[in-house]
Amino acid sequence: MSKKRIIVVGNGMVGHNFLATMAESDHASEFELITFSEEPRLAYDRVQLSKYFSGATAADLALTTESEYDDSGITYLKNEKVVEIDADNKTITTSTGRIEGYDKLVLATGSYPFVPPILGKDQEHCLVYRTIEDLEAISASAEVSKTGVVVGGGLLGLEAANALKEAGLDTHVVEFAPRLMAVQLDEGGGNLLRHKIESLGVSVHTEKNTKEIVAGEECRYRMNFADGSHLETDMILFSAGIRPQDELARQFGIDVGERGGIVINDYCQTSVEDIYAIGECALWDSKIFGLVAPGYQMAKVTAAHITDTLINLKTPELAFKGADMSTKLKLLGVDVASIGDAHGHTAGSQSFVFSDDIEEVYKRLIVSADGKKLLGAVLVGETDSYGTLLQLMLNDMDIPGNPAALILPALGDEAPAGLGVTALPDTAQICSCYDVSKGDIAAAVQGGCCTMGDIKGATKATSGCGGCAALTKQVMDAELEALGVEVNNDLCEHFAYTRAELADIIRVKGYATFKDVLQGHGKGHGCEICKPTIGSILASYKNEYVLKDDLMPLQDTNDIFLGNMQKDGTYSVVPRVPGGEITPDKLIAIGEVAKEFDLYTKITGGQRIDLFGAQLHELPKIWEKLIAAGLETGHAYGKALRTVKSCVGSTWCRYGVLDSVSMAVALEHRYKGLRAPHKIKFGVSGCTRECAEAQSKDIGVIATESGWNLYVCGNGGMRPRHADLFATDLDDETLIKYIDRVLMFYVRTADRLQRTSVWLENLEGGLDYLREVVIDDKLDICGELENDMTRVVGTYQCEWKTTVESPEKLKRFSHFINAAEEDNNLLYVRERGQRRPATDNERIELVELTAEKH
Amino acid sequence: MTDWTTVCSLEDLVPDTGVCALVEGKQVAVFRFGDGETVYAISNYDPFGKANVLSRGILGSIGERPVVASPLYKQHFDLTSGECLEDDAVKLEHFPVRIENGIVQVSSAA
Repeated sequence: MSKKRIIVVGNGMVGHNFLATMAESDHASEFELITFSEEPRLAYDRVQLSKYFSGATAADLALTTESEYDDSGITYLKNEKVVEIDADNKTITTSTGRIEGYDKLVLATGSYPFVPPILGKDQEHCLVYRTIEDLEAISASAEVSKTGVVVGGGLLGLEAANALKEAGLDTHVVEFAPRLMAVQLDEGGGNLLRHKIESLGVSVHTEKNTKEIVAGEECRYRMNFADGSHLETDMILFSAGIRPQDELARQFGIDVGERGGIVINDYCQTSVEDIYAIGECALWDSKIFGLVAPGYQMAKVTAAHITDTLINLKTPELAFKGADMSTKLKLLGVDVASIGDAHGHTAGSQSFVFSDDIEEVYKRLIVSADGKKLLGAVLVGETDSYGTLLQLMLNDMDIPGNPAALILPALGDEAPAGLGVTALPDTAQICSCYDVSKGDIAAAVQGGCCTMGDIKGATKATSGCGGCAALTKQVMDAELEALGVEVNNDLCEHFAYTRAELADIIRVKGYATFKDVLQGHGKGHGCEICKPTIGSILASYKNEYVLKDDLMPLQDTNDIFLGNMQKDGTYSVVPRVPGGEITPDKLIAIGEVAKEFDLYTKITGGQRIDLFGAQLHELPKIWEKLIAAGLETGHAYGKALRTVKSCVGSTWCRYGVLDSVSMAVALEHRYKGLRAPHKIKFGVSGCTRECAEAQSKDIGVIATESGWNLYVCGNGGMRPRHADLFATDLDDETLIKYIDRVLMFYVRTADRLQRTSVWLENLEGGLDYLREVVIDDKLDICGELENDMTRVVGTYQCEWKTTVESPEKLKRFSHFINAAEEDNNLLYVRERGQRRPATDNERIELVELTAEKH
Repeated sequence: MTDWTTVCSLEDLVPDTGVCALVEGKQVAVFRFGDGETVYAISNYDPFGKANVLSRGILGSIGERPVVASPLYKQHFDLTSGECLEDDAVKLEHFPVRIENGIVQVSSAA
């Protein structure tokens, strides 16, 4: 039997989903799959388009690759548009004149952006937001623009505004309707969203009907509005809705709706035999579905219909029954959700509204006339209850108790109202992007999945928009619990506790040695995981000399000799240079030491100087000299505060608004020696030009005209993360108070070797929660946190000063305990005037050379 | 007859740490396990990191086996046998060690 030919017109998200479904099906070998795309690349994630402006590349956004298609046997033709359908002979013709026959034809042509008929809309720098090519054009335009306007304040418009903001433009949103996201939000929700977006620096102009775009006076263009007002801008982005791409159907006799869209039935069949339409180009029950989840559902229905009619020869069962258009997303950093009948159009419906102007949260529930069923909801500012509310509505469940409890915040010790996931039926859809039910997740857990990664791999849940992550985790945890599986977060085989739990135990019991902790709460002899962890916790609370006899065995590779061990077993030495400020005399002293001991010398990223190649017996001699010159240990070897990087600030800089160097020096002296779950770096910038790169640091401080802005939990390195703005316009005292609290809360609650960035991402409640703890003192622990920090600050010592003054401790600083010889394994070559360890090959040559000489 | 090389006094060995001794031209890592008189001696050379550093590793136990973790890349070596727990093919030299009148001594006879 020859293969059945399926041609898919369009390779967008839905077209790709259909192809993937067919290629993965049991009958894949019985089909020949061909797809045409007018774009120059295969399917990519349009939902995440704005990520392109925060650094994502086309490859990051791609949903598939050419080699994946090759492997699946899918034929693809890019840059090739289908221009003709001959339904009688069952062929299509493309823009290059190519003619291909089909058994079944699937139209997945998507939509195009609607550009309102405004005079002057076709000029340069008037763009749309739909494809990667559009983004490239926007990027190019943004390069030569200062101001940008998005026409359209709907969901896509706000996404586009985010893109312009990310591109660094002064961003405006112009909306025809009286409020933002008029389709999804009611007046209260729309108003709060507007307020929040405006406070982020995006200007919102509602009830504006653009008449014409003419040459501007201050900017490139001027937009004249019907009410006589105007707005100047350098570029314009139209995002005023989408229109179904139905041109092909229209031309070749397939029925389309009055206002566009290819008419389909419950099996996604069009009016012409053997031709289907799916996704945003399809019109079902007079409705276009502009979300990806219903498109995927159509793809699934079509795949089943084709397989059933062509292969199984049975009556198709799976049908498209419409789709829920509820949505939850983050727009410009604001959480927004809309569920079901958000406007209360249902006859007799009643509503409950909760509005908190201080926390900036707005929630509205629409319930049935009898108050028992949930019909819809609007959530702005806080969307934690989205999953619960959506499930209540979709499964037509009775609201447990008073509906108001569903949106009121939890007070005191009361658990937040809602329903446990155990109450959901197995059929409840958890992930709408991939149509994953609670039963699917339960089956995956029973099949052995016990992490979110496992679940994602097995069911695809959370891998679409990600909105279902919290609910998926709850279902997984509940199932694991039901199976009696305990999730193992033990630190190691010696301690059945997490680092945070151990930190609590040590703090509350007041332990001072590893032996006490092990006897009370562990077993065995310890290991290289638990010993340094407990050593670090003891140091954070007691801050004793780390080479004290009972603490020394706990210290990791670097701490135990107060230096950074390099690949050949020698050490590097880093004196502290607070704030990166150093006197010429100290600089000369460092240079003299480096010269005397022939140390490889390099400037670090943290505005210090690193000296490499010191042998054990040299370390005390080096430090004696450095200490005599007034230098201190830099704790470069510890999981501890490293550096506070600063720019020169208002003392010298023409632009500095506050004295960033003095603040950096003060902060470095305050927190130097603080040991923590991982290393900690600070940055202090004297103005918003941010030359100290403070936003890539664990703690970032940036001067403004009205005080310090505090950023927290940033990171450079392996997993870069922009720090979050934590508090603004702080005076010196409040700034230090907040930093004390944040750092000590991190010390108390982080996992082993968890940087602040990952800690915050895993902190339940995130940044808002951290603010509640640190600023509002929600847990009533700020006093303790400050006392803990005061103790650390008050007990600081330069560990190297203590060591060089202790003859007992110095005994260990020699390669052999019973001989004066040095390690004979060290070999160096000179490069650019300094030495470095010999490579394995150089080593062989050098050893042979030495042997020949003897 | 075994030749014993004196390393140091037991008091010089801080409980649960190691030192490196020169024993007839060989670099030997000598460890005091716990705060009593249990001592072990294995080669000081880390074959993974290719450096003489094992005496500077952290001591501990994996199951019932006393081990040192390499300070470079954290492989575990059994202190009684020199076996690497992560790689069956690797086994370090281990040496007889004794305490005589409070003095730690090692023999190079592996």
